[in-house]
This record gives sequence, structure tokens and C-alpha cells, in this order.
Amino acid sequence: MSALLQIERVSRTFKGLRAIDDVSLSINTGEIVGLIGPNGAGKTTLVNLVTGMHPATAGRVRFMGQDITRLAPNRIAELGIARTFQVVQPFPRMSVGDNIAAGALFAGGAGSLTAARQRARELAQQVAIDDLFDQPAATLTLARRKRLELAKSLAMTPKVLFLDEVNAGLNPAEIDDALRLISKISQSGITIVVIEHLMKVVLSISTRLIVLHHGQLIADGPPQDVVRDARVAEAYLGKRYAEASRRAPA
Amino acid sequence: MRMVVILVILAACLAALVFGGNYALRLATIFAMYATLALSWNIIGGLAGYPSFATAAFFGLGTYASAILQSSGMPMVFAWLLGGIIAAGFAALIGLAILHLKGHYFAIASLALVEVVRELVNINDRLTGGGMGLNLPITHGSVTQQAVYFLGAMATLALITLLSAAAVQRGKLGFALRCIQQNEDAAVMLGVNARLYKAAAFTLSAVFPGIAGGIYASWVHYIDPSDVFDILLSVKPLVMVLVGGLGTLFGPVVGAAVFLGLEEAVWRSFLTVHAAVLGALIVALILFLPNGLMSIARRLPKAGQA
Repeated sequence: MSALLQIERVSRTFKGLRAIDDVSLSINTGEIVGLIGPNGAGKTTLVNLVTGMHPATAGRVRFMGQDITRLAPNRIAELGIARTFQVVQPFPRMSVGDNIAAGALFAGGAGSLTAARQRARELAQQVAIDDLFDQPAATLTLARRKRLELAKSLAMTPKVLFLDEVNAGLNPAEIDDALRLISKISQSGITIVVIEHLMKVVLSISTRLIVLHHGQLIADGPPQDVVRDARVAEAYLGKRYAEASRRAPA
Repeated sequence: MRMVVILVILAACLAALVFGGNYALRLATIFAMYATLALSWNIIGGLAGYPSFATAAFFGLGTYASAILQSSGMPMVFAWLLGGIIAAGFAALIGLAILHLKGHYFAIASLALVEVVRELVNINDRLTGGGMGLNLPITHGSVTQQAVYFLGAMATLALITLLSAAAVQRGKLGFALRCIQQNEDAAVMLGVNARLYKAAAFTLSAVFPGIAGGIYASWVHYIDPSDVFDILLSVKPLVMVLVGGLGTLFGPVVGAAVFLGLEEAVWRSFLTVHAAVLGALIVALILFLPNGLMSIARRLPKAGQA
């Protein structure tokens, strides 16, 4: 395994608030990394920082050896880092197909609009929304909009894909479908970072877990080790509960 | 059905031109100018969703650039084209500076451009004549010959603008602008170079009004700042596009025709209160047809299907 994405001692402050505080980590080719942490831990900020939406105020981000810390978001997208948004962001009045085609045309290397639409159709089939290909994106249900987000990012032919709470707001059956889809995408050779605040969801598919708390990295390792980490339990459950559970292991 | 409607309208226009005399020629020239301005505004305002009030700045810049170039000996048609290029260059530079502003902030900044250029023209009175205005070389030929010539020039420009707008709508630029209009942050994350595409749209929205300004200046022989930097030149195209259909290809043309028709009819019948009546009519149109007149055309049965 080689490091695809290296985050080196990055910080991001918003008017004095350290949303990300001296975080270093690396993502290796082929992994499915679970990035977890309680609400407000800085998970989405970290994604914004990697994708160039809110560049780091200190530190460096390297992608395939290249320094991308200060690159424009659209350049980073072209290089092969894609993301989905926690709050789905479709182009509401464009068709489902054109939503996906946009990713193929502007970052996925599709040479023409026709080629982009063709690629869009394949991807719509892959995430099972091809029956609504010509409908405006605004008419989709939440579960399908999440899959549209996924198809849009896949159209960019990314090397690494950040999935920001793709499962939030879905029912258990829909979550199972989504997880199966994520495994399938991983098998196609795309490195995946799954951002979640529910640990349970990522445990089943992650090869590694990274835990953020108050903007700091508090754990990074195999899932079975991370879930036993005292600091992680404390971050999630509070100090007193963590101590109680240590005294009386279940 | 649709084709019949279009053919009837075209035939009526042609007949009016042939039998209507100089008044009809003048109206047709203004229509072509309005259509050019509205089609241009639609690229930045309709497709990209950036409410620009800079049309008057580009138009005025075109009039003065081409007038000054002609007074220094450049042939008329070249001066028009160069005037358009100057307006476009100005838009490209300013666009890179103000297109990160959104919504109302962009609208105000673009509005300020008109005042800035107007003041620049006022101050440099050695070159521009300041508030005294500038006279342009008198063109040769009879009144009717001149009227036909300038109608031809303005109509050619309108047609080129329409074809360019069609190319933009069908191409990658139009696709990018629609993405930007609907969700700019998401578009950038999908790899859309929003800065570049917005600047391109702003530049395109300037080049044709700049040329139109040059033709207008030669047509009326005399320009002054209060006439060619009139803020109504920014507002009218916007209203035409809203009336015709925001972001559509033919909406701006239909809007320009309807606006001109209303303007003329209302001005004749209500000379003292024409602005108020025109305003009320436009508010009514936009209230009851929020998607513009083109939304009616879409409901008409297509040829062959009826």
C-alpha cells in the first residue's frame, strides 16, 4: 500500500476557533477509511480542507506527491478527489442525467457533452436511478438524491472519494443498500473515505478508522482496536460513562 | 402550428418594412438593438444567474470607443467592431474582479460600473467632449438609404448575437453556466472552473452591446454621456428577458419585440404618464407569467403533433 493522500500537520481556524487542530494522517490506495467523530468534531471541515473549499490555514495536503494545499477546488476535483455533500447538492432544475453528466464533462475527462451523457447513463444504471434519467433532480426522494450524489462523484472518475454522511436520514434497508454500493465502488479500485458520526454504520465496511474530536485526531487504526480505545469511548459517551464501562467490562 | 405563427409574423414584419416608411425602419432598428442587448444580458443574467446592470456601461463604452476611433480616421465598420472588442476586454478584466460577488452585491457592483465609466467619459473632455457630447461623421446617402443601411447593420448584429447565444446554450459553456446558476459551490466541486466560465459569460454579454453602441452612435450622429450611459439601457434588457423567458434562447427576442410594442403603444396613447403605465403593464406580465411568454409557446401543440 502506498500513501495516496497525505495530510501533514494541518490546521484550520475560523475567527479564532480551531476547527481542525494540527491533524496528520494519510490515506492509502484501495482503503475504505471510516472518518468518525461526534457532531462538531471537524469531519466536514477536514473534507472541505482537502477538497480546497476552505483551504488549510497551516500545514500541507499532498495528493499523489503533489502539493494541493492552495489549489482551486475545481483543479483538485480534476486531479481526482471527489466528494459528496452531507446536505445533498443537486442542480435541481437539470435532469438527473445532466447532473451526472456534469461530473463527467468537467472533471471526468469526457470529451463532449454526448460522451458525458453516455457515461451518465451507465452510472445511473449502476446506482439504480436510470428510470428517472430525464426527470428534474428536484423530484427525487432523499434516498435517491443521495445515490445521485454518488453517481455525480463517480462520473468524475475519482481516485479517492469522500462520502460525507451518505447514510444520514436513510432507513435501515436503504443503509444496507448504500453500504453494498460502497463496497462495490471500492472493488472497482476507488479509494474511499466514509464520514459518519454513527460508528455502527462504518464498522462493517471500514478497513481502518480515524477518529476526530474537537478538531484533533484522537485515534487511527484497525476498527477493532479503535473501538476499544478509552479516549474514543470518552469522546462518544462522556468521561464518567467511559470510566464506568472500564470498571465493569460488558 | 408553431411554424405557421412564425411565418405569419415574419411576413407581417417584412410588409411593414416595405410599406411602413422610415418610421417602420426606425422601429425595426431599435428592435434589433433591443434584441441584441437582451440576448447578451441573458447569457450572464439568465444562464449564469448573475443579475448584471452593466449593459449600459458596455453600450456606452462601445459608442465612445467607436466615435473616437472614427474621428481619428478609422473606417466605420472597423470602429464598431473594435468598440465591441474594447467593451469585451473591459468586461473580462472587471469580471475577474467582481464576479466572486453574488446576488445583490454583484448587481450593485455592476451598477456602479455604469457610473464609473460615465464619470471617466465626463472627466476626459478633451477626448470625449465631456458633457458637450461628440458629433460623428455624417454618412452619405438619402435619409431612407441611411435608415436601411443601419437597419441592415443592426439586424446582422442581432442575428450574430442570436447564433452565438444558441452556440453557448448548446455547448459546454452553457452547460457550465446552468450548473453555476443552480448551485455554484457544487459546480466547482464537480470540476467546473466557475471563475473562467463566469468571466467568459460576462465578456460575451459585453461584446455585442459594445458593437451595438458603435452602430447606434453612427446612426444618430451625436452622443453624450446622459444618453448612452442611461441606466434604462441596463434595466430594459433585463425586463425584456423576464418578459420573454429567463434563460431561454428565443425569450429575449420575443421580450424585446413585446417590450418595444408596449413602449410605442403606451407612449402614443399616454404621453404624460407613459412610464407609469408601461411599468404597471410589465409588473402585470411578470406577475402573471413568471416564466415569460416563451412558456406559452411551449404549451402550443408542435407542428405535426396536432
